[in-house]
Amino acid sequence: MKLPDFTYAAPTDLRGAISLLAADPAARALAGGQSLIPVLAFRLGAPSMLVDLSNIADLDKIEVNNARLRIGAMARWAAVAESPLVHTHHPLLRAAISHVAHYQVRNRGTIGGSLAHADPAAELAAVALACDATIIAQGPQGQRRIAVADFFCGALTTALTPAELVIALELPCMPTDLRWGFAEFARRRGDFALAGAVVHFSLDAAGAIINPHIAGIGASDRPRRLTAPETVLAGQAPSLAILRAAADVATAETDAADDLHGSAAYRRSLAGTMVLRALADACAITLP
Amino acid sequence: MNAPLVGQPIERIEDLRLLRGAGCFTDDIAAPDALAAVILRSPLAHGLITRLDTEAAQKLPGVVSIITARTIGMPVPTIPLRLAPLAELVPYEQPVIAQDRVRYVGEPIAMVVATSAAIAEDALDLIELEIAPLPAIVTNDDAAAAAALLFPDSGSNLCITYTARLGDAAQEFPGAIIVEDDFSTQRHTAATMETRGLLARWDAARGHLTVHGAAKAPWAGRRMLARQLGLDEFSIDMIAVDVGGGFGMRGEFYPEDFLVPFAARHLDRPVKWIEDRREHLLSANHAREFDAHLQLILSPAGDILAVRGRARCNLGAYMRANASIAPRNVAQFFSGPYRIPNIAIDTDVFLTNKTPTGTYRGPGRFETDFFRERLLDLAAERLGMDRVVLRRRNLITSAQMPHPIATVSAPVKAEELDSGDYAETLDRCLGAIGWDRLQPLRGQRINGRHHGVAVGCFIEGGAAGPSEHARLELGADGMVDVFVGSSMVGQGLETVLLQISADALGLPMERLRIFHGSTTYLRIGFGSFHSRSTVMGGTAILNAATTLKEAIRAAAGRRLNCAPDEVLLGAGTATNPSGAIVNWAELAADVPAAPGQFDNHTHTYAYGAHAAHVGVDIATGHVEIFD
Ligand SMILES: Cc1cc2nc3c(=O)[nH]c(=O)nc-3n(C[C@H](O)[C@H](O)[C@H](O)COP(=O)(O)OP(=O)(O)OC[C@H]3O[C@@H](n4cnc5c(N)ncnc54)[C@H](O)[C@@H]3O)c2cc1C
Repeated sequence: MKLPDFTYAAPTDLRGAISLLAADPAARALAGGQSLIPVLAFRLGAPSMLVDLSNIADLDKIEVNNARLRIGAMARWAAVAESPLVHTHHPLLRAAISHVAHYQVRNRGTIGGSLAHADPAAELAAVALACDATIIAQGPQGQRRIAVADFFCGALTTALTPAELVIALELPCMPTDLRWGFAEFARRRGDFALAGAVVHFSLDAAGAIINPHIAGIGASDRPRRLTAPETVLAGQAPSLAILRAAADVATAETDAADDLHGSAAYRRSLAGTMVLRALADACAITLP
Repeated sequence: MNAPLVGQPIERIEDLRLLRGAGCFTDDIAAPDALAAVILRSPLAHGLITRLDTEAAQKLPGVVSIITARTIGMPVPTIPLRLAPLAELVPYEQPVIAQDRVRYVGEPIAMVVATSAAIAEDALDLIELEIAPLPAIVTNDDAAAAAALLFPDSGSNLCITYTARLGDAAQEFPGAIIVEDDFSTQRHTAATMETRGLLARWDAARGHLTVHGAAKAPWAGRRMLARQLGLDEFSIDMIAVDVGGGFGMRGEFYPEDFLVPFAARHLDRPVKWIEDRREHLLSANHAREFDAHLQLILSPAGDILAVRGRARCNLGAYMRANASIAPRNVAQFFSGPYRIPNIAIDTDVFLTNKTPTGTYRGPGRFETDFFRERLLDLAAERLGMDRVVLRRRNLITSAQMPHPIATVSAPVKAEELDSGDYAETLDRCLGAIGWDRLQPLRGQRINGRHHGVAVGCFIEGGAAGPSEHARLELGADGMVDVFVGSSMVGQGLETVLLQISADALGLPMERLRIFHGSTTYLRIGFGSFHSRSTVMGGTAILNAATTLKEAIRAAAGRRLNCAPDEVLLGAGTATNPSGAIVNWAELAADVPAAPGQFDNHTHTYAYGAHAAHVGVDIATGHVEIFD
């Protein structure tokens, strides 16, 4: 589990990093290293060069403009979770990060690395999906904004083109009356979840659910928006029965596969359970 | 003399050093001149090696040597059983490196020795390896069906059947109630914080080998290595250093325990190998994969009359040095602390294409304790009897001891439970957990958790023979050095053995130093396994302490002009009847080193009870332990 040979560069500006990556298709960006370094240690990859992004100024900024929370790609999990801006404007993200990995990993891992790595069980991806986030990328051709729905293409694959970097994630600030919930299940705390769910919605004056958003993690090959349970919930007053109905269609909508950790049926059932628990949390309904 | 230290809750003396990062583990040993070894392991569970070409890898700059079965000379040595050896198991011993066939993922095929571990790993990718796959035997059913044989010459994948017998379990039991079921326990493995590691140095001029990283049973390892390398036992020193976890897994003789010293001698260069986490999971002993069908036969009043049935052990690919222990124990210790007059349990041991197994924390007992206690719960339900009442009724009482337990077929050795008050531990356990308060929660669903409450009783064997050895030396500084064959695997050995030594000599612990586990300290020693290090090492120290005190008395008597038995020993002092006093330090030159030996062929049986209160989240399957 020793790393293969590679050259190392730590440019201080974004353009420099992008041109290094563009010049050598076998070069890879290095952010927190929490996913990339294990890949190298297992010798599942052998990049010719690692382009370390940590010396690039301002890539880790967290700011709020026009009711949008913008988090720089190099912001570490720990910094995001501790940010007062995130605390105020995105409690859901903060709650989700508390389930990401362990303390040590959260001190190194970055949100840009997580998005680019695109693990199907990454909490951040589900939050981004459920919150209609935008990913800001920059490559040799310049900057572009990618809607999160178009970003994740499958397990460990994204819409990023070669030499294109994630530079920030933008999330609409959460209205203070937004109802939200997060639930996930991992055999050990800090492990990638076997299944999880992110939900949020508003209540209209009559107390009915409006604009429900649900995203599932872990159960499928990529983080997914689950539209069927959203349809079940829309316009309904929260009740245990309606939550259960939503969870049941979430189970049906989840396309899980058998793997080492569990059967497809177990994964699907877990996905439904997590949707139920996240919804119950959002509605402050106690499950029997 | 002060109150005895044994029995007092004192802080472990080794902890400060270990917690402050001052421990010395194998990889901490400075060896700037050492080459790094890395092992090419089989990527397939079962197959025939059709091509192994190391030429390209050999040419990589920094690569010093690539060792294969051919370098060692075929047939390569195999690893003998350290415990409970039998001639019929010899064919299933693991060769130190694969020759023409691989039998599990992780089996060593070649070892690259290079100037750094990273270069050696680069070279792994350049070794051209082709394996013609054979069907992989994964489960016991696969093994029995024998679509492929791991050892074609043996004609079967059944390696051995151990039988445990007591009384006559085959007889009819008229009017009895039979409770039976299928059970299984899944594979476990020890994942020590520090992986295994070895550093071997060959001194060509002296013909002497030094191996750092020995643990658990260094003298046995030395004996095996000497035989495999054709060396005299005393030309090898096995040096024990700190270890980051043992659990029964560490310190047994593995292929690397041959390969690394072999490479050091072959190349006449120090060679270091540090196991990485992936190879740890693939190659260090696994454990506990058993299934069983068992019948418990009881009288309607709830007296256990007999047990009979069959267990199966998924052994993995080879019979490793201590692999016979768990399957033997599953059969022999089913009865646990209970009176079961008639026993007939067979354990079939199947070879499969998985990592070989060995001992791991109460080998065989964990498995069989679960089978038995679950059967007892089923029986209680069937009889409409309270679970605790049924257990208490069948526990062996002190008055019934010594009490024989089943004898295992081979090697045969009668065993009996020596002493104890089993009911007392059960009662104390129930009291401690608040059994009466918890009972009503059983089967309830509260906050989405289904509550379960259970209790089980067990025994745990210890004090494996044949002996342990120690030596005490009084120094001119008044310190006593304690040398002992027990080895430290994280169990707090230094503290407990110094407590025993200090009490035996009437000295404060600060006046003692302990040296353990390396073959350089004693000509012969055994080590730490089978709950033996304190009983055996501690008693060897007690015996040595008696000898040392006699020698001190004799020397003091000469110095103080009195008979040795008139000398009164204090904490580091000796006084004659008229009050003349001499310090031990002044006598050091006249006090020879005191050897101590403790021979034992009778196992001890510790005992206890466990109770648990758990909650099961049935929607996720998660089990939470409340108490
Ligand atoms: C033990 C452990 C447990 C974990 N558990 C979880 C968990 O529960 N949930 C979870 O979400 N994650 C988990 N992770 C992953 C962790 O969150 C990673 O930190 C994260 O996925 C990757 O971030 P990184 O900054 O470490 O990226 P790196 O490892 O440095 O990079 C990952 C990949 O992204 C690329 N990359 C990095 N930054 C950029 C960028 N700005 N633009 C384009 N490409 C980029 C790299 O080239 C590489 O291919 C765990 C990791 C470990 C080691």
